[in-house]
Amino acid sequence: MKYIETSTGKWEVVIGLEVHAQMISNSKLFSAASTKFGAAPNENVSFVDAAFPGVLPVINSFCVDQAIKTGLGLNGTINLVSHFDRKNYFYADLPQGYQISQYKSPIISGGHVEIEDENGEARKVRLERIHVEQDAGKSIHDQSPTKSYIDLNRAGVALMEIVTMPDLRSADEVSAFIKKLRSILRYLKTCDGNMEEGSLRADVNVSLHRPGTEYGTRVEIKNVNSIRFIVSAIGFEVDRQIEVLESGGIVDQETRLFDPATGKTVVMRSKEDAQDYRYFPDPDLPPLILEQSRVDRIRETIPELPDAKTARFQRDLGLPHYDAALIASEMEIADYYEDALTHLPSGDAETAKILANWMLGELFSLLNKDGKNICESNVSPKNLAELIQLIKTDVISGKIAKDVLKIMWDTGKSASVIVEENGLRQITSAADIDDCLRAVLAEHSDKVAEYKNGKEKLFGFFVGQAMKKTQGKANPQLLNDVLKKLLGEK
Amino acid sequence: MHTLSIYEARRWLLEKKISSVELTQCFLDRIHRYSHLNAYITLSEEQALASAKKSDERIAAGSSTGELDGIPLAIKDLFLTKGVRTTAGSKILHNFIPPFESTVSQKLLDAGAVFIGKTNMDEFAMGSANITSHYGNVINPWSQGDKKLVPGGSSGGSAAAVSGHLCVAATGSDTGGSVRQPAAFCGIIGLKPTYGRCSRYGMVAFASSLDQAGPMTKTVRDAAIFLQVISGHDPKDSTSSPESVPDFASFVGKTVEKMKIGVPKEYFLEGMSSEIEDAWKKGMDIMRDAGAKIIEISLPHSKYALPAYYIISPAEASANLARYDGLRYGFRAENIKTLIEMYEKTREEGFGDEVKRRILVGTYVLSAGYYDAYYTKALQVQKLIKRDFTEAFKKVDIIMTPTTPSSAFAIGEEPKDPVSMYLNDVLTVTANIAGLPGISVPICLDKLNRPLGLQFIAPKFREDLLIQHGYILEQNASFPTLREIA
Repeated sequence: MKYIETSTGKWEVVIGLEVHAQMISNSKLFSAASTKFGAAPNENVSFVDAAFPGVLPVINSFCVDQAIKTGLGLNGTINLVSHFDRKNYFYADLPQGYQISQYKSPIISGGHVEIEDENGEARKVRLERIHVEQDAGKSIHDQSPTKSYIDLNRAGVALMEIVTMPDLRSADEVSAFIKKLRSILRYLKTCDGNMEEGSLRADVNVSLHRPGTEYGTRVEIKNVNSIRFIVSAIGFEVDRQIEVLESGGIVDQETRLFDPATGKTVVMRSKEDAQDYRYFPDPDLPPLILEQSRVDRIRETIPELPDAKTARFQRDLGLPHYDAALIASEMEIADYYEDALTHLPSGDAETAKILANWMLGELFSLLNKDGKNICESNVSPKNLAELIQLIKTDVISGKIAKDVLKIMWDTGKSASVIVEENGLRQITSAADIDDCLRAVLAEHSDKVAEYKNGKEKLFGFFVGQAMKKTQGKANPQLLNDVLKKLLGEK
Repeated sequence: MHTLSIYEARRWLLEKKISSVELTQCFLDRIHRYSHLNAYITLSEEQALASAKKSDERIAAGSSTGELDGIPLAIKDLFLTKGVRTTAGSKILHNFIPPFESTVSQKLLDAGAVFIGKTNMDEFAMGSANITSHYGNVINPWSQGDKKLVPGGSSGGSAAAVSGHLCVAATGSDTGGSVRQPAAFCGIIGLKPTYGRCSRYGMVAFASSLDQAGPMTKTVRDAAIFLQVISGHDPKDSTSSPESVPDFASFVGKTVEKMKIGVPKEYFLEGMSSEIEDAWKKGMDIMRDAGAKIIEISLPHSKYALPAYYIISPAEASANLARYDGLRYGFRAENIKTLIEMYEKTREEGFGDEVKRRILVGTYVLSAGYYDAYYTKALQVQKLIKRDFTEAFKKVDIIMTPTTPSSAFAIGEEPKDPVSMYLNDVLTVTANIAGLPGISVPICLDKLNRPLGLQFIAPKFREDLLIQHGYILEQNASFPTLREIA
C-alpha cells in the first residue's frame, strides 16, 4: 500500500468512484428520439423526453442488451429481475421532475476491473453495482445576460452508472482504473468513452485516514469529466483534507465541485442540504425481467477483452508487457496489429516486436501529426507489413524505411513500389560497397592520414560520405565491415 | 333521439332514421340549453359536425364499419385530444393544446366516434364531487328544486353529460372510484376495467398504478360495446396487458343461473343508511330470482383500503405532477425572476387546494424517515387486500356491493373536511387497490329521488362477468331514464 507521509505520520487515501457512462444506442432509454451528438438544440426531443402530460416511458430493449453486455464484460452478476425507480428533484433540465433510475435493485451487481498498481502488480478494483438511468438535459446560462436556455437533446439518453467499492488508493490508480474501464467499454461498444463530449464522467469520493484505523469521512467531488481533472481534483482534495485533519479539524461530509480554472474544489452543498430524492418504484414500468437465454446469447458476443489480449500477445507473440498492453488498449489498434501480422511470413517474436516498434513509434507519430486514429490510417496493415518485410530481408535499411513510410503515408503507395520507383533498394553487394568506399578514401586521403594518426572518430565521416554517395542505400553493417577492412589495409 | 343508447343509435343511423349530423346537433343544442350543468369544459362543435358529416357519408356509401361510427361521445378532459384543449380540470393546463391523441380516444375515433367536447372533472381527477375543478362545479342532472346535487367525481362532467343526455356515452377514468361513484350518483352505467386492460397512454396521469380508463354509458350493453373498442395492449404503455380481449357484447343476456355472487360482510358499513342496505338487498333479490346464489364472504382488510389508497395515490401524484413547472407548456406565472420563483408561483397559482394537499401528502409519505411507515406499509396492505380477493374468488364468481355509502349530496352540503369527503370512495377503492374490474349499475332512486347504484367486482380480466351480471341487474331493476332536467 502506498501511504502519504507528512511530518505527523502516514495517511492512507481511500477513493471510490461513481462513473456515468453514456450508453451507445441510436435512440434514448425510454423514447425513440435520436441520441446523435451535435444536433441543433432541442432537435432530438420526443414528447416523452419533454415530459408532456400523458406520455409513458417504454424501455429500449437494445439499451438493456447493452447493459447486460457491460455487466458481463466487467465480470458482474446479471440480475434477472431488476426495477426502475423515480428519483425526484426539480431542475429546469429535468422535464419529468424525476429521473428514472434503478435504486434498490440494479440490473448488475458486483464485478471488477483489473488495474496495475505502482509496482506493476495486478489488482482488482471491485464494483458494487451497475445500474441504468436517464440522463438529464442541459441548462445553458451563457447565451444571454438575463435568460437561461434549456436543451433537451440529452434528456432521456441512457446512462450506466458504474459504482466501485472504495478500493482505489491514489490518483494514479484512479487514472489507471478509468483508462482500463474506458478501454473495456470501448471494446464492448457500449460506451464511446469520449470524455470531451461528456460520454464518460465521474463522481469521485475521497477520504483520508491513518493506516490501520477506520475510514475517514468522505467528500464527494461531482461530475468531473476528464482524467486530468480527476487527478488534479484528487490531488487538491487530498492536500485539503490533510491540512484540515492535521490542524485538528474534521472533514465535513459534503459535495464539492472541481473548478478546472483554479484546480480547486469548492463546496457545492453540505450534508445538511443533502437532497431527499424520495425514491420510489416507477409505476409506469413493470419489473425488468430477463431470460437467462438472453444473457447467454449476449455473452457469446463479448469480444476478447484487453486483459486477455495483452496476456495472449505476451504469451503467443513474446511481446513485452508494455507493448502488449499498449496495443491491446484499443480494439482497433489490436486489430490493426494482428491484421498486419497475418501479412508477415514469420510470426516470430522478433518480427512481432519489430512490427510493434514501427506501429507504436513511426506510424503513431504520423497519425498524431495528422490527428487521425488508427482506423483512418493512410497506411494499411498489409502495406505496413510489407515495409517490415523489406526491412527484415535487408531490401532497405531502417533509416530508408522511415523515409519510405513517410512517402507511403503521403501517397498511399505500397513500400515495394516506392522502393522500386525511387531506386531505394539497399546496396548489399560487398564489391559495390568496396568500390564506393575506395573512391571516398581516395577523395579524402588527407582525412585518411589523420585517421591513421589516431583521429578515429573520422570513421563516421567516411561512413557519412559513403552513405551520401549511395543516397543512404548502402547496407550499414556491410559498410562498416568493409570500411574497417579498408582502413586496416592502408 | 337524445335518449338513444349507442346500440340503438347505431341501428337508427344504419337504418337512416336519423343522421349523425342531426344527432350531433341535437346534443350540441341540449348542451347549450342545459349549459348550467357545466358538464363540458371545451366544446368542439365544428369538428364534431364535420366528423358527423363524414360518418353520414360512410353510412350512405355503405362503407360504415366502425362500431361507433357516427355516435356522438363526450371525452373526459383528462384524455389528450389532438388539437383540442385538454385541461385535466386544472388552471395549470388552461391553455394546453395536445399535439397527439390518447390511445383510448384514438381507438374511439378509429371506430368512427364523433367527439363533441371535453367534459368537466375534478382537478387532475382528485375529488369525488366535481367541486375541485378550476372550471366550476358540475350539477347533477337529477337535481330537483333549489338543491343542486353534485354529480360525484372525478368523472362528474361525463356522468352528468350521459345522464342528462348531452351525449350518447362518455369516457371516464377511475383511480379510486372516479367512474363508478359518479355513475351511481347520476344513475348511469360506469365500468372500470382491470388495470392494464386499456392503455393509459395520453391520459393525464394521477396515480399511475391505479388509473384506468372506462366507459360511462346509458346501458350495460353500451358499456360492453364501448369497452370492446378501447381495450387491448398498447406498445406505448408498458403496463397495458397483452391479455386477449373477449367479445364483451356476447355476454349480454347470458344467464346467471348457478353463478355464485359474494356479498362481503365488511361492506355493511357502520352508519350506512338503511336505504343503501335496502337497495343492496333489492339487488340480491334480483340476482337470486335470476338463479344466482348469494353467498356471504369476508374481505377482512377492506377497511385499510382507503388509507392505503390515500398514501399510494398521492405518492405517485406528487411525482406525476412535478412536470407542471411552467417551463414547456401550460400556465406560467407572471413577473418571475428566478427558476425557483417560477416553480413556486406557477404551482401556487396553477394548482387548486385539493391538488396541493395531495402533492404535500405524497411528498411527505415518500420522505426519508417516513417512507417505510407509510408507503411501504401501504404496499403491504395492498398485498393483503389482493389476497383477500384471491381467497374470495375461490368461493364466488363475482362480488356485489353498493357503489357508494350514500346518494348524491347537495353542493354546499358536502363534507367540509377532506377525510370525510374521501369516504365517498370507500366502497370503490378496493377494486383499484387490487387492480380488479368493477361496474356500477343503477338500482333505484332513494326517497329524495336520487339515484343509487350497485357495484359488481370481478376477478382480473373478467369484465365479461361484469357485463353478464350487470345486464341482468339492469334489466330487472327498472331504473327510470331521466326525462326532465330542472
